[in-house]
Amino acid sequence: MRFSDAFEARFTEMLTHYPTKRSVLVPTLLFAQDEVGYVSEDVIAELATRLELTTLDVRNVMSYYSMLVTKPRGKYNVQVCTNIACTLKGGDELLSHCAKRLGIGHKGTTADGQFSLEEVECIGACSWAPAIQVNYDFHENLDVPKMDAVLDGYAKK
Amino acid sequence: MGTRGFGFGMADANITVDGKKITAPAGSLLIDACKNAGIEIPSFCYYPNLSLQGACRMCVVRVDAPKMPKLQTACTTTISDGMVVTTDSEEVKQSRKAVVEILLGNHPLDCPVCDAGGQCELQDMTFTYGASESRYVEPKNHKQEQQWSPVVFFDSPRCILCYRCVRVCNEAMDVAALGVENRGVSSLIVPNGGDHLDCEECGMCIDICPVGALTSGSYRYKTRPWEMNHVSTICTHCGDGCKTTLGVRSSEAGMEILRGDNRDKSGINDDFLCIKGRYAFDFANREDRLRQPLVRKNGVLTAVTWEEAVTAVGDKFAEVKQSGGVFGVIGSPRSTNEEAYLLQKFARSTLGTNNIDHQRTADFPAFVSALAGKPEMAGSMRDAYMVPAILLLGGDATDEHPLLAYQVRNNVRLHSAKLYVVNSQEIKLKRQAAEFAQIPAGTESGVAAFLAGDDSAVAAIATAITSADAWRALRETLRSAQNLLIAFSSDLQGDGIANIAKFAGSVSGAKVICLADYANSRGVADMGLYPDLLPGYASAAKAGLDLAGMSAAAQQGKLGALLVVGANPVYDLGFAADSLNNTFVVVQDMFLTETAAIADVVLPSASAYETSGTFTNTSGDLQLVKKAGDLHGTKPDFEIIVRIASAMGVDVSTLVPLGAGTTADMGQSRGAQSGEADRSAVYLQKQGLEARVSPFDAAALFDEIQRLVPGYDVSRMNLMAGNDVRTTTAGKAAALPASRGESLRPAHDTLFSSGSLGRYSRVLNSVAENRDSKLVEVAAD
Amino acid sequence: MADLVSHPDEVKVVSRRFGLGAANLDRYLELDGYKAVQKALAMQSADIIEEVKKSNLRGRGGAGFPTGLKWSFVPKESAKPKYVLCNGDESEPGTCKDRLIFEHDPHAVIEGAVIAGLAVGARKAYIYVRGEYRYLSLIMQKAIADAYGRGFLGKNIFGSGIDFDVFWHGGAGAYEVGEESALMESLEGKRGIPRIRPPFPAVVGLWGGPTVINNVETLASVPHIMLGGGEWFANLGTPRNGGTRLFCLSGHMNRCGVYELPLGYNLKKMIYEVGGGITGGRSLKAVVPGGSSTPLFRADEIDVAMDFDSVAKAGSMLGSGGVTAIDDQTCMVKFALRIIKFYQHESCGWCIPCREGTDWIKKSLTRFHAGGGLRKDIDDVKYLAQNMLGRTFCPLGDAAAMPIISIVDKFRDEFEAHLEGRPCPHAKEGDAANALLPMLAH
Ligand SMILES: Cc1cc2nc3c(=O)[nH]c(=O)nc-3n(C[C@H](O)[C@H](O)[C@H](O)COP(=O)(O)O)c2cc1C
Ligand code: SF4
Ligand code: FES
Repeated sequence: MRFSDAFEARFTEMLTHYPTKRSVLVPTLLFAQDEVGYVSEDVIAELATRLELTTLDVRNVMSYYSMLVTKPRGKYNVQVCTNIACTLKGGDELLSHCAKRLGIGHKGTTADGQFSLEEVECIGACSWAPAIQVNYDFHENLDVPKMDAVLDGYAKK
Repeated sequence: MGTRGFGFGMADANITVDGKKITAPAGSLLIDACKNAGIEIPSFCYYPNLSLQGACRMCVVRVDAPKMPKLQTACTTTISDGMVVTTDSEEVKQSRKAVVEILLGNHPLDCPVCDAGGQCELQDMTFTYGASESRYVEPKNHKQEQQWSPVVFFDSPRCILCYRCVRVCNEAMDVAALGVENRGVSSLIVPNGGDHLDCEECGMCIDICPVGALTSGSYRYKTRPWEMNHVSTICTHCGDGCKTTLGVRSSEAGMEILRGDNRDKSGINDDFLCIKGRYAFDFANREDRLRQPLVRKNGVLTAVTWEEAVTAVGDKFAEVKQSGGVFGVIGSPRSTNEEAYLLQKFARSTLGTNNIDHQRTADFPAFVSALAGKPEMAGSMRDAYMVPAILLLGGDATDEHPLLAYQVRNNVRLHSAKLYVVNSQEIKLKRQAAEFAQIPAGTESGVAAFLAGDDSAVAAIATAITSADAWRALRETLRSAQNLLIAFSSDLQGDGIANIAKFAGSVSGAKVICLADYANSRGVADMGLYPDLLPGYASAAKAGLDLAGMSAAAQQGKLGALLVVGANPVYDLGFAADSLNNTFVVVQDMFLTETAAIADVVLPSASAYETSGTFTNTSGDLQLVKKAGDLHGTKPDFEIIVRIASAMGVDVSTLVPLGAGTTADMGQSRGAQSGEADRSAVYLQKQGLEARVSPFDAAALFDEIQRLVPGYDVSRMNLMAGNDVRTTTAGKAAALPASRGESLRPAHDTLFSSGSLGRYSRVLNSVAENRDSKLVEVAAD
Repeated sequence: MADLVSHPDEVKVVSRRFGLGAANLDRYLELDGYKAVQKALAMQSADIIEEVKKSNLRGRGGAGFPTGLKWSFVPKESAKPKYVLCNGDESEPGTCKDRLIFEHDPHAVIEGAVIAGLAVGARKAYIYVRGEYRYLSLIMQKAIADAYGRGFLGKNIFGSGIDFDVFWHGGAGAYEVGEESALMESLEGKRGIPRIRPPFPAVVGLWGGPTVINNVETLASVPHIMLGGGEWFANLGTPRNGGTRLFCLSGHMNRCGVYELPLGYNLKKMIYEVGGGITGGRSLKAVVPGGSSTPLFRADEIDVAMDFDSVAKAGSMLGSGGVTAIDDQTCMVKFALRIIKFYQHESCGWCIPCREGTDWIKKSLTRFHAGGGLRKDIDDVKYLAQNMLGRTFCPLGDAAAMPIISIVDKFRDEFEAHLEGRPCPHAKEGDAANALLPMLAH
């Protein structure tokens, strides 16, 4: 399986940081997902081989972490936090607004593959609630109009 | 972790539990210390000898109040001197009740149809802690039941996530076919193949599951635990001698076996069973079991009565004997000791021939002779779990000796035993090996010679992986090992065995096990199913024909009659079918085998699970074979032989001693009470009256075996109590000529085959097919 | 990225360099960077620990365990390597402070980790950053690389003859991994299932070696203690509660943000003066004083000094520094439901009471809030939570139970107002959430 050179360089380097190979597994799964779009069967098999684990081991670890997914999703994954700080500041409204605007629900993906929607737990933006992450980018202190602007921005990209 | 429970050599700690003073080794687990003192602490996740979890929270107790503010889990708490523990307070009971309640919330209440109903730990806990009234009114999380293999089904909503199955598979079996996926309430036990299991199909996960989440393909939804009879007997497949408790139900055919397990851990195998012991009893229930005697009439095998069939055999045998014809007798390494002893006695005294043999899978005569005078050097199956060092020479124990492999693996895991593997292949047990020495194929005897001191032998056994120097170092290591147990495969014979025994003799406390393939290979060898050896390996005055000799005689038209008991010489012992055209062939078997198909008379015999008697496993452990029930129309081989003798006009008491000196405590051979003490006989004997036993009673012959076969003078009481007792044939029997050639036919069974019997097991076949089809799929892409 | 705020009552210690560009190594050096570690290199390890003990620094990750004492538990001799593990999994709802430290002062974390290593005899430190904080991971990685570039890390640091490695490590979404033993499992490439304790990490931790685990803010405080002295730091706070804390003000306050205030600062003042009072002129109903796992205060219970001991005495916990204000328009049933939804989603599933208890409470409160409640549910929910409290494998069960128990106890009238098919009295017109809250899939 081919990953980017940057991936390979980081992978090789990270292996030297730990006394056991499998220690690199969690961050590496996320990096692999960033490249492939999701944790595919190939990724699982490849990492299992590289780290001398069974594919069962890799699956067991992978399925524990909520950022890792086994199905492709939209180019922009809109993650709306509805945890305590955000819910008090309108996170639920943002979520239902996104759902309406994108025509998808929690963990859904638009037909054109541009957007996915996800309700997520606290993303560490409580003092700037309500907040969302689109892929890894934070957008904070939102309301419905600002949310629309954020989505418009991505739609244009 | 697993070793914690042992606490060998540790100082004692005095603790107080519920006001009671208890003493146990410091550092032992509180749950074990309490259990040993008769204080039961409930648990789901704790399982002796598996790693600790602390996951179910059932075992909570109060420890050292008020210093420790929270309840503690007894399964993870190690005891120390002065500890004060409360296990029976309201607080503790309430906490346990709440765990059961919380667990039952999402748990399906399908006890009435659940396989585990009646022996479910969750049911028992609910009963004990009174959490039967549910507060739960929410919808339950549902998931479809899945089939993971021909023998394993999984019903996830019933799973309480105790992780016992995962641990037994990982730790005790070293298969690691089960894992946990997702987290939180979505956590799921999952198989390694995604939607199926790719494993040894041992079924350990099923029996260890405290609830009905993992169920057995062969047993599920067939019956309830309390509707079966549970009969503890010995597995009929390989030579290791696992105890298997058969769950039996009466049926139209007489009886049906539904389940095999060893949940009560009463045997040498603790709770281990491989696929064969746990599931491959199913051959016994096949519809094509022979249930009526057949006699060839006008060239066609025709169903007749027992009377007619036995008379036909008796008449013909008498006639052959009269006319000085040649007899051949072939026994089976799956017969009981009593049947084998009777068969050779019948051959020698009734038929008057030494032409008797069986499928030999190990050179026991050489082994016995090599250990002559040193009974303490014969190793047992239990030793494999206890000794500090083990040398495995040849063979693949995981396939051929699953129990031995299990014992060794867990000895390494739990007691840090050192394992040395010498093999031409990288067998699975290499993973547990402290050292692995690779040899060129077929050079096992060279290893024996080298170990015994022949330095020149090293050239032939050195490889790229194990150099001559490495060999010398390994020999030194082994020489200085304490209580080394050596188990060798059938690759060693004759001189090879003598050499390994010589080497063992030079290592302090060393013991040896000679590995053979079938359930009673060792026993029938001890009983003298040889043309040249009598019971106890005494030399016969004049050697008879062995298998090859009989086959040759048949070929030449010189074999007058052939009696085949539980063997299939046409299929796997080198007899050409048409060579037997002029021989009167009598077959006692369960199925119409290739040999039975050409026989003149076929007598339907009982399987080992329908027979009472004894088996001697490959390491000389003698155990009771208890019959699970009768299949209508069949008879045990023992009875059939006696009937043939009787039909020949022989006084059967010369074969089966009746009258003085016999006891009947092994029960009748048939009927509901079979396998249990014959109470009337015991009573009669106490009154000084003679117990009148049936001539079909195998037990009557066991007395003679005990008297006449060296090494079988075991404690009858221990044996009867269902324990394994040690025979010491190896050590007592007379030395044999060193170069007595043995022609072995090892079975090279895998986990999914069992000599010529395996093909009658649907379970084994379906598992094997399942695996083959997967291999094909893989090969196709 | 996140906006910075300030208030005259602030005492800037950990946040001293916020907004000053200290992620740049040269800038950091101008701002007294890497002086503390050099000072520590000249000290005996026992003296470092002594200084930290004197500072009364207590863990900022949640439990408030005295840091110096924790370090002193690490055995002097060890056959296996020792490690320092910086806990940057920051996931406790209401908490967003470690994020600012990573962003504005990453070298302080490195420096703190090295000093901790010198104190306990470790020569390797790992900084675990939650997976969602990708941009912070990049900042952290760059900071580490820069420090190696100058010889501040790696072989023979500052010519001391000591080799010291600091590595970055990333998560992939799991709150439970913030629990220290689950954190180690995760770092070792496993599922984030906590370990059985004892043995404690200080004795048997990463790969079996003794391991010191500290929160980001805890470690970032250490260089300041080295430079300013333990006594100075201790005096910033209250007795046994040394120093300052980053308080994350969130919820219905006019000036939400992360403020550094001395320990012992009054909560009421924090909400009304620092936080600027309740939005929209509404009144306060309740406060979450230390992240979502802490028992709530009613509006009339907030005259509390915000240090570990005082808050504990008042029946809650200082926790992770997340202070969330809740106004009088908020439905407390819905709030309880949102909290339990989180813990249900994040339970690792290892033990029965936590796995099944959180799921059960979530289901009951969902039905209850939607108008299908029964009177007995109120007591049942509390009963379940009480039977999780102190009975689970790790403190996540407590974290889920404590706020639920406090909400049922303190806002029972709101539960009763939902009974007999009545919809949520706080629902707004057309409020979709009133029918059923958006539910996370698991
Ligand atoms: C469920 C759970 C989640 C936790 N999450 C975090 C976290 O995200 N960050 C953190 O620093 N500590 C967290 N902790 C506390 C850690 O277990 C540990 O006490 C802390 O990292 C120790 O550092 P300190 O002494 O510097 O506070 C969590 C604890 C529990 C029980
Ligand atoms: S399947 Fe059975 S043994 Fe395995 S975790 Fe579930 S309840 Fe335990
Ligand atoms: S037996 Fe102790 S927690 Fe399960």
